[in-house]
Amino acid sequence: MAGVIASIIDGVLVGAVYGLAAMGLTLIWGVMNVINLTHGAMIVLGMFGLYFLTSALGLPPYGAVPVTITVGFVFGVLVYWIAVHRVIGRAHLMSLLSTFAMNMVLIGLGTALFSTSPYNVPVPLPGVTWRGYTFTGTHIMAAVLALVIAGLLYLLLYRTRIGKAIRAVADNRDAAELNGIPTTQILSFAFGLGVALACVSGTLIATLFPFTVLSGGAYELKSFVVTVLGGLGNPAGALVGGVALGLIEGITTSFMPVSWTPIIEFVLFVVVLILFPRGIFAFSRA
Amino acid sequence: MTIKKLVLIAAAALLTASPALAADDMLTIGFTVSRTGKLNNDSTAQMRGFELWRDELNEQGGIKVGGKQYKVNFVSYDDESVNARVQQLYTRIINQDKAQFLFSPYSSGLAATAAIVSEQYGRIMLTTGAAEEKTYKLGNKNLFQVYSSADLYLAGAIAAVKELNPKSQVALVYKDDPFSKAVLQSARKQVSEAGLTTVLDEAYSPETTDFGPVINKIISAKADVLLGGGHYPDGATLARQLYDHKAGLKWVTLLVAPDSPNFATLGEAAIGVSVPSQWEPQVSFKPDFGPTAAEFTQRFQAKYGIEPGYHAAGGYTAGLLLQRAIEQAGSPEQAKVAGVLNSMDVTTMFGRTKFSTNPKEHGLQTGHEMVIAQWQRKGGNVVKEVIWPKSAKTSDILY
Amino acid sequence: MTAHESSQGPAEVAVPRSAERNGLLAVFLRQPFTWLIALVGLAFAILPVWGDNVQLRESLLLAAVYMTLASNLNIVLGYAGYVNFGNIVFFGLGGYVCVYLVSEWQWPLGAAALTAGISVSLLALIFGLGILRLRGAFFALATIGVNEAVKAFVANFEPWGGAAGIYLSLDVYEPLGGPGEALWIVYFLIVAVMTASLFLSYAIKSSKFGLGLLAIGENEDAAAVLGVHTPRYKALAYSVSAFLPAIVGGLYFFKTGIIEPGGAFDLTRSIEAIVMVMLGGIGSVTGAAVGAFLYEELRGILLTTEAFSHFQLVIAGLLLLSIVLFAPGGLMGFVYRRWPRARRLLQ
Repeated sequence: MAGVIASIIDGVLVGAVYGLAAMGLTLIWGVMNVINLTHGAMIVLGMFGLYFLTSALGLPPYGAVPVTITVGFVFGVLVYWIAVHRVIGRAHLMSLLSTFAMNMVLIGLGTALFSTSPYNVPVPLPGVTWRGYTFTGTHIMAAVLALVIAGLLYLLLYRTRIGKAIRAVADNRDAAELNGIPTTQILSFAFGLGVALACVSGTLIATLFPFTVLSGGAYELKSFVVTVLGGLGNPAGALVGGVALGLIEGITTSFMPVSWTPIIEFVLFVVVLILFPRGIFAFSRA
Repeated sequence: MTIKKLVLIAAAALLTASPALAADDMLTIGFTVSRTGKLNNDSTAQMRGFELWRDELNEQGGIKVGGKQYKVNFVSYDDESVNARVQQLYTRIINQDKAQFLFSPYSSGLAATAAIVSEQYGRIMLTTGAAEEKTYKLGNKNLFQVYSSADLYLAGAIAAVKELNPKSQVALVYKDDPFSKAVLQSARKQVSEAGLTTVLDEAYSPETTDFGPVINKIISAKADVLLGGGHYPDGATLARQLYDHKAGLKWVTLLVAPDSPNFATLGEAAIGVSVPSQWEPQVSFKPDFGPTAAEFTQRFQAKYGIEPGYHAAGGYTAGLLLQRAIEQAGSPEQAKVAGVLNSMDVTTMFGRTKFSTNPKEHGLQTGHEMVIAQWQRKGGNVVKEVIWPKSAKTSDILY
Repeated sequence: MTAHESSQGPAEVAVPRSAERNGLLAVFLRQPFTWLIALVGLAFAILPVWGDNVQLRESLLLAAVYMTLASNLNIVLGYAGYVNFGNIVFFGLGGYVCVYLVSEWQWPLGAAALTAGISVSLLALIFGLGILRLRGAFFALATIGVNEAVKAFVANFEPWGGAAGIYLSLDVYEPLGGPGEALWIVYFLIVAVMTASLFLSYAIKSSKFGLGLLAIGENEDAAAVLGVHTPRYKALAYSVSAFLPAIVGGLYFFKTGIIEPGGAFDLTRSIEAIVMVMLGGIGSVTGAAVGAFLYEELRGILLTTEAFSHFQLVIAGLLLLSIVLFAPGGLMGFVYRRWPRARRLLQ
């Protein structure tokens, strides 16, 4: 029984980071009705960011966090202007394909530069042991930071002017424009924000596990699952959804071979999509 | 169809004759290397073995065959550790680059894919870095395995564990890929035959980077022995995370990964981890031809700056064996060389080599034996020592 | 929402409705496009034999496989406007069914491949009924979910080899006359399937069924109001678009000799099929074929040129990006605009 609880706690800790990643995806979706398929590449950007900041610049691992948030933001704004701006009003297919194309370019460049070989950033942090099971310090730290950043996002969205503007544009772009809000600027800001979240979640994941240029794909898929669970467009829902996914992973790994977890995840994903296209928590207005 | 048949027959005649045409003092050997991707660590080691052999050979003037000397030329591509590329590239190596002989890629899975192509076109391929037996049981005619096959890998470890504690609780946790599965299939039987209890038996997906859930299961099952792993990245990660999670195991044998010199970078996490090895620098076989293990180790170290592991030794030996076969055949013709390889029973620095000629398992390595190496702390450094079999050991077991 | 951002207008119906009652085949035989397709098929079959060029055969084989995938994808993506991101699942499942039947049950290749096609189509019908209720991006995501779920399931399914996959024993090639002969036979079969795909795509486009699909693509709700039974049409299209890719998957993996989950359900390959359709011109039969052919040739060159092998993805991405941003009609879109008469000839 202790083993099950240990797995559940482990799952929840990682789930917080999944939630953080998904928040980026769902924010962009909610504000501009675009599914950002560069999400995976941005997560990888954060992972490699950690690697280079710690090895080349000798930064302490968690010191890399504010750097990747900033870099991610800038990158996001860039991607917005290159791939998203022109296709915003058009058919979904177009924005799906343009962000996906951008993703291919970024992953391709990454592969050319770093190859698909695994990289690892060892982060020595003492863990907490309970009844023979150890919760690694990195897991705990990652979850704490994820919650902190999520909290900061909440403050930004609900306690600042720019946050208000973002919410206004998300609600009704034309009305916001008529009210004098520079919607295009806001959209690019929001996109940058979403990407920054993806990036920093990558950095946190890199403190936990080794990664390759292709690792982003798996986390992107997890983000989809979380976003659908939590409701497209709802950042709070994404956090809850992330923890829920972590919980599910913790439970399933305890009772069945670990390799079955993806099956459960994706079947759940498809079922939830069909039955609750607005997400289980349905707070959003997707 | 008749015209096509004629054309095909003509082509076949041309192809078998081409080694003689293409020879012209050059022999082309083709293979793929995983320069990138998950297998790059182990594959690079193997490639270095190939290259050391080729460089030494060409310096001496090449392979002496019937009065002529053939220098060796490699044609190699990056397979990125991926099956689809192996398939396409070997097809290209055979048809476009016209390689006369082939080495396999590293890893049983990729080698099996390459074997299908090499057999489809009837080319001799020496497989190294490929231990899984199934590949040789599919009806081949031209494969020759350098490594000992997978079912022998954990036999030594299981025997050692039985001796240390016949009441051991064994956890089998391994990668879900052809090689590891083959090893563990035999290991499972060997564990129960030795009277040990298996408390956990689980395969993990090759994509796994989070071993936390599995490690929790190992702890829950109260195992004190762990056998398994896969290749370098997952093996190294598993070892590291076992250490982080304080899993409390008395004996850990992981496949492949701990043999790489890079494993030492794990520091404390590497101590005590053992690995079934095809070869270690300390072995003392008396070779019929080629260098001794010590000579090879010294030359490898001089060229690459690190100690060779068994992957490099296997690569070098593959070259040596092919060279010997061509020399003894007196010609680079496929049929003649295959004939020599089939009747070969020699000892090199790698150990004894003899290929099975039973058509149901052609090419399977039947002469070679394995050792176990373990990482221990000696005089402040983390080094690899041979601990099994007792006749070959250089240090005591760390339990 | 409409996927037809391109300059493609309403369907060019090349076959008059009355023909449906008067011997469809005869009418098709009179269309120049039919003969064009047959010519392409013939070219693929003859060229490598002439000069016994194995390398050419290998590269044309891959091209033919992709042309099959792209033209069948076009039915759902190009005509009905539904983005099937997970289209590769048909290819992979077809591969598994066929290889499994051949290796475990010693079925002859033809029967195994056909069974693969039929069973995967049926499965697609069932899946389709579930996910085709979703619109736009939701549908696209769901198809990814289906692909990943199937991949994860197969990776755990021991009878199909689990994560390691199935390795074909070399004697499966004996009934076909040994590996050398078998490779040629499989090649011809793949070319046949490719040609059939082009015909199928063309036939659908010219039929009442195709009109319905195109109407759904333009405006699904309007189509429904006008009497098109949208759920049935969509499900049928999804199922039909699975049949030939499943067969070609079976043939392809039989030829390769090994199948494993990562390679069979490769999401990247799936997306590349979409790129091919977009590149050639969404909704156009010629477009899908040309796009697939060009893309595959480019890929082949990049694969073996050391300097560029890593840039394959970058170039593909840039290509797709440029098309989406600046030329959503793809190659054929450009051709149709420049030479309007081409529309009748090159469907």
